[in-house]
Amino acid sequence: MFHWLEKRPFFFAVGVFLVIAFAGLVEILPNFAEAARPVKGLKPYSVLELAGKEVYKKDNCIACHSQLIRPFKAETDRYGQYSLSGEYAYDRPFLWGSKRTGPDLHRVGNYRTTDWHENHMWDPQSVVPGSIMPAYKHQFTNEADLATAYAEAVTVKTLFNTPYGDDVQPGQAAWDAYKPKVVAEAKKIAADMKNQDVKDMVAAGKVPEIVALIAYLNRLK
Amino acid sequence: MQSNAALEYDYTVAKLFTYTAIVFGFVGMLIGTLIAAQLAFPDLNYLLGEYGTFSRLRPLHTNVVVYGFTLSGIWATFYYSAQRMMKVSMAESKFLMALGKLHFLLYLVAAVGLVLSLGMGISTSKEYAQMEWPLDVLVVLIWVIWGMSIFGLIGIRREKALYITMWYFIACFLGVAMLYLFNNMEVPTYFVAGVGSIMHSVSMYAGTNDALVQWWWGHNAVAFVFTVPIVGMIYYFLPKESGQAVYSYKLSLLSFWGLMFVYLWAGSHHLLWSTVPDWMQSMGSIFSVILILPSWGSAINMLLTMKGEWNQLTENPLIKLMVLSSTFYMLSTLEGPIQAVKSVNAIAHFTDWIPGHVHDGVLGWVAFMIMAALMHMAPRMFKRELYSKKLIEAQFWIQTTAVVLYFTSMWIAGITQGMMWRAVDEYGNLMYSFIDTVTVLHPYYAIRALSGVLFLTGFVMFAYNMVMTMVASRAISEEPQSATPMA
Repeated sequence: MFHWLEKRPFFFAVGVFLVIAFAGLVEILPNFAEAARPVKGLKPYSVLELAGKEVYKKDNCIACHSQLIRPFKAETDRYGQYSLSGEYAYDRPFLWGSKRTGPDLHRVGNYRTTDWHENHMWDPQSVVPGSIMPAYKHQFTNEADLATAYAEAVTVKTLFNTPYGDDVQPGQAAWDAYKPKVVAEAKKIAADMKNQDVKDMVAAGKVPEIVALIAYLNRLK
Repeated sequence: MQSNAALEYDYTVAKLFTYTAIVFGFVGMLIGTLIAAQLAFPDLNYLLGEYGTFSRLRPLHTNVVVYGFTLSGIWATFYYSAQRMMKVSMAESKFLMALGKLHFLLYLVAAVGLVLSLGMGISTSKEYAQMEWPLDVLVVLIWVIWGMSIFGLIGIRREKALYITMWYFIACFLGVAMLYLFNNMEVPTYFVAGVGSIMHSVSMYAGTNDALVQWWWGHNAVAFVFTVPIVGMIYYFLPKESGQAVYSYKLSLLSFWGLMFVYLWAGSHHLLWSTVPDWMQSMGSIFSVILILPSWGSAINMLLTMKGEWNQLTENPLIKLMVLSSTFYMLSTLEGPIQAVKSVNAIAHFTDWIPGHVHDGVLGWVAFMIMAALMHMAPRMFKRELYSKKLIEAQFWIQTTAVVLYFTSMWIAGITQGMMWRAVDEYGNLMYSFIDTVTVLHPYYAIRALSGVLFLTGFVMFAYNMVMTMVASRAISEEPQSATPMA
């Protein structure tokens, strides 16, 4: 049979494809039938939090931080309740990470504050002596891309029925109407911060990346 | 062309991919060495402002070595060996020639796009699949063109039976095509909402499902980029260089079909103790252990191919590179299954043991094999002998030292950290704060940075040797039968 296949590239390729696709059919597909349902009370990310998630992706925090607490006592003691599938129902993409050069962040909102994050991103060694994490000072001046975060909310609402309100609608006009809510949320975060440039930017209706990122990190609970 | 006339193979496209393999290899390993040094000496994070942090550079490193260096190496060897295995020249078909050049051109465009976009932080954040949707579309196009090249050459072949190496190239093409498409299913948000960045997309899958698809891909990118085509390479280049026939056809059959069937199941071993269903985790573990069989099957087949000819190991540094590469493949494919055992994984996961494992595979196995293959090809493509045998000998030892330093330091670092995370005192309280488990790793991170410098040095020696072979080496009149001529 193998000699026969080796002289017939088409059937050979079909054979290879069937053999490699088989595992996916058995192992991957069944889980999709019962796609992860949200845990009770789980809210979708606010637009500001989504913008913060984009900062998390842009500066690639995932290179060193996980968001997955495994069911071991050593982990639950350190980070809190182990992670549940339903908590990730609105995570597109998932951000579990694969390496902990720094600690897990899945419940960092439970034990770190806006103030702590502000100091930490500006100068990690000032709050964690010996830390090898670089400072992310550019997050204090770069503006977060709120419009794209809004577009993501619209997209997941439209395509995947993520429960956003009726005011999340496609189009520039809808976004213009929605934006003040996002800035208002940012103002609450900025009120707890001490960096004057950040406060000034937010007061002028512009949201620096650090504010969005902190909103996202505070939400991780 | 008469079928009985000597074939003049056309290496235009193979040469182009050889150049990019050298360039991307250097760039990717340079970034790798820099980020290794950043973990030991954090001040190095500020060389390039916002673009130079470890976190921003790390995906650039992985993508440039995987999709730059390795894919270039795979395609260079494909466009070189496929003609010879099937007794057909690229020059015989204007269409295939144009297709090959287009393949290279679009690949360059994608590579530039990849470097720019990841540098700017435009990323899906899915590991080894960071490219945003416009680049994904380009990658699919490139892949389709490669497929047309493969089956185009097959269509006009004179040698009817496909040699083992072609099996692996076909498998690489099909496997990556299937996995890439599924993992990169994403919706560009601009087209739904009409506002925001046109570059942004959102994954079709959420949470646990996204994780499953991602590691089905992530694991099998390793399978179908770092393993399958590289095994194919050694099946071609070791017998060619040594003048020995492959030891066992049956073993090659068993290894090939076994690898195809088993590899895909093992992806979920990246998600042990996570929120994916338990039975999938167990399947991942079990199949990872079974995977030793086909992996070692190929490796042993290669070692036995040298039976009775082990003296070549002392005479020919290319044989030495390939045999060591096969040996590292055995080490790596034993280490992986060990890490996939659930109780071991509980300690190993999230630690530096994982990058340690990856690098004994990619440095010791993939990079050694690609460099050996390109050095075998160079005299045949450029009609000149290899520039310096001494340089290859020196490169071999420098890089072998580098790989050993890399994985030993990361073994120690990984297990140290894994044990410290779970250590409790006599009252059952955690003994170490997280930062204790970071600062303790400093010496190992420093050793790893040194290992990076050594490996990069060896790669520069290889690059120099290749360039000098192309421009300054002694010309050879006829093609060598087996052992590559070198000065």
